[in-house]
Amino acid sequence: MNSMSHEFAPVGELPEEKPVNLSRRGFLGASLGALVLGVALPGAGAKAQNAAAAAKSAPRVSAFLEIRTDSTVLLRSPFVEGGQGVATAMAQIVGEELDMDPARFTVECAPPGADYQVVGGRRFTGGSFSVRSSYETMRRVGASARQMLLQAAASRLKVPVASLTTEPGRVRHAASGRTLDYGALAADAAALPVPENVTLRADKDFRWIGKPMARLDARDKSTGKAAYAIDMQVDGMLRAAVQHAPRLDLEPGSFANEAEVKAMPGVHSIHRLPGAVAVVADRWWHARRAVEALQVTWTDAAPGTRRAMPSDFSSEGRRAQLSAAPGPGIAAETVGDAAATLKGAAKVVTATYDAPYLAHGQLEPPSALARWNEDGSLDLWVPNQAPEMFQVLAAKAAGIPPEKVKIHSPMLGGFFGRHFIYETANPFPQAILLSKAVGRPVKLIWSREEEFLRDALRPMGFVRFRAGLDAKGLPVALDAEAVGEGPRDRWFGRKPDAADGSAVEGISGKPYAIPNRRVAHVLVDDPAIIGFWRSVGHSMNDFFYETFFDEVADAGQQDPYDLRLRLLADKPRHKTLLQAVGDLSGGWKRGPFTAPDGSKRARGVAMASPFGSEVATIAEVSLRGGAVTVHDVWVAIDPGRIVNPGIIEAQVNSAVALGLSSALLEEVVYAKGVPQARNFDGYPILPPDRMPRVHVRIVESGAPMGGIGEPGLPGVPPAVANAVAALTGQRVRSLPLSKMKFGAT
Amino acid sequence: MDVIINGKTHQVQTEDDTPLLWVIRDELGMTGTKYGCGIAQCGACTVLIDGQATRSCITPVGSVAGQAITTIEAVTDDAVGRRVVEAWVANQVPQCGYCQSGQVMAATALLKQNPKPSEQDIAAAMVNLCRCGTYNAIAAAVRQVAQG
Ligand code: FES
Ligand code: FES
Repeated sequence: MNSMSHEFAPVGELPEEKPVNLSRRGFLGASLGALVLGVALPGAGAKAQNAAAAAKSAPRVSAFLEIRTDSTVLLRSPFVEGGQGVATAMAQIVGEELDMDPARFTVECAPPGADYQVVGGRRFTGGSFSVRSSYETMRRVGASARQMLLQAAASRLKVPVASLTTEPGRVRHAASGRTLDYGALAADAAALPVPENVTLRADKDFRWIGKPMARLDARDKSTGKAAYAIDMQVDGMLRAAVQHAPRLDLEPGSFANEAEVKAMPGVHSIHRLPGAVAVVADRWWHARRAVEALQVTWTDAAPGTRRAMPSDFSSEGRRAQLSAAPGPGIAAETVGDAAATLKGAAKVVTATYDAPYLAHGQLEPPSALARWNEDGSLDLWVPNQAPEMFQVLAAKAAGIPPEKVKIHSPMLGGFFGRHFIYETANPFPQAILLSKAVGRPVKLIWSREEEFLRDALRPMGFVRFRAGLDAKGLPVALDAEAVGEGPRDRWFGRKPDAADGSAVEGISGKPYAIPNRRVAHVLVDDPAIIGFWRSVGHSMNDFFYETFFDEVADAGQQDPYDLRLRLLADKPRHKTLLQAVGDLSGGWKRGPFTAPDGSKRARGVAMASPFGSEVATIAEVSLRGGAVTVHDVWVAIDPGRIVNPGIIEAQVNSAVALGLSSALLEEVVYAKGVPQARNFDGYPILPPDRMPRVHVRIVESGAPMGGIGEPGLPGVPPAVANAVAALTGQRVRSLPLSKMKFGAT
Repeated sequence: MDVIINGKTHQVQTEDDTPLLWVIRDELGMTGTKYGCGIAQCGACTVLIDGQATRSCITPVGSVAGQAITTIEAVTDDAVGRRVVEAWVANQVPQCGYCQSGQVMAATALLKQNPKPSEQDIAAAMVNLCRCGTYNAIAAAVRQVAQG
């Protein structure tokens, strides 16, 4: 179960897509001599340029390919690159079918457009959906372009198409030994209709798909050349900084020192914005210093203001509220009769678990550069995971139709779910207003402190578990109530009497053979602005479930690894994976045991089924000075089929780091309606000296392709918590671990 | 004041206490050096000042006038810097890449001062944060240069 998959048609149900030749309509003003290829459903091509209207119609798929005369390729990707490697993966997939070395590709995030709605009829970069949702489409784009190039070559050489073959970047006529570069054929190919049918390469013939190809952006990112939204510059640009109201229900009132602030170096103007004040200046530092010097009286917003933050709100209070909220909640999963089985159980285990609010902490602070043009249109450079959604809301903020807003989506300095639309958590409406007010382009950057104040948080989670064991100590019933609010229904709409998948995923949808189960969602609205955080509900729910699982195993005197194997006896895919991670770690041993360096250590295991992939994780820990040290993490991941094993390994490393960071250190604490930490000094994230060794095994089961960016995360907190419990005998039921005191071990 | 960056002298009109980071980024338009936290926590803003890895977000520009400042834009002008970049590419270090300018500068400073760093030396010098968790790849790349 995955939060975003509920919202959209399963990828397998997408209608068949067919390419159309967009260069014949001059789509995107393609330069002469370039082959520009898009893919659209039959009959939908004419609407292709009317993005806003067409987006609402039947799901359509598109990708653009521009083959230049120098035989390089520009690929307009539906997805934004933010570290997950999707730009490289897209080049591999298209290059494979086009017969062109992916290293010759330049990949950009495509502008808004109906043709890019490749994720179940929508478009966003998230939910670990990118490659799996667009894989077939992108292959067809490459294959169609190749077919057109072959056709163009056949006409040029006056030979039958069947006598031609391709090799990377060119067409060959074997009989005469003649070759033609793709670049030389691109103009002719652009004039041809797109073939009705194309044959895709057989998997066994892949040269780039499935190989650990180097990332296209590694060099630029190692030499400072990679440009992010925060780096954008345009002529005549001013810079802006904001000071937000400490709470969301406050508005700027009077200024005590307006004249002095206006006289500060570089200051252009001072502005009141909804819930914030801003200074526009020549340089960002000037803007920031001035806006922070501004003494603002904040006044209470009108009663009933949407999403007002109560002045007495605290994270501690929230935890108490969740704990007190009664069930039974809305059922998300019901199998057998958990209640009756619990009544008759030989033993009942109960526990409550919680996990804190989390900040995204992506290293690039949010920014937005807005430029109004003479024709009344607006250019917006903005970090985003969903260009069309940003276009619609930017248009609203600007008071112009969406087609007058041009969205530029530079690569992201990390995202982890940060750059969706979260109302008050996005700086672009402010940049639009400021640019309009000063009549010049404005680049607004939120300081790290303002980012901590307005980030959309991973919600707090709370779960009540009850498990019933039979006389042999095996679990026969599980009852779980997940209390709180999930981000999916917050932002994509609530369905009455339906559990929010993002609140229960990782508690529901588990593969273990426990014959009686009830998983429910007890909805308690969250006063905070909540958002998607890498692996969403799984980021905490798999911790809750898999850690409770070990409690149940201990109560029934079962080894937690063996019990998992036993309850997965009928699930070959999961069983194989659990055995694979055991194998990878040198054979399952729980401990405690003494390591060669004399330290006492233990291991924990956990499984997760996030985003269409399956993952098994083992962690080894010790205690040093009362703090948990994680030495090694072993991850076996089965994404079904793969595109780039090198990127998968990197993403698993990355997910382990973030999962471990959340397990060990992270917690957003609110008091009096205000987050207490405003920078990384008060909100520590995983530093290099706490990074474990990470060992990855990729298992390709051949199941439908699953996600990669998020699945490595959810198993980490429970594997670590289970190892800590094995080592210390202390259960970990609340994160982060830094709150816990451990005796010297 | 005169600020010497990558061997070139720039006439800069700004207050002495402006952080060097913002002079580099906004005044001189060189955006390879990144802003991450502004309070010396993350290291995204790392530059070299007379060869020392320095967090430019808390370095007043007035305090470094006349000193030799190196930013990521000039890292490949240096033989060690070039090897560091090659090792970064060979080890496929960057993910989002946002921290990597600072990481490359920190590694270059380390390896110029100490061409054969021990594991402890590497751990002591490579303390910049990476939210994408590229720490193992960073350490591998530094080791590769040290062994090369
Ligand atoms: S921006 Fe200077 S250390 Fe973070
Ligand atoms: S690569 Fe993303 S922060 Fe380091």
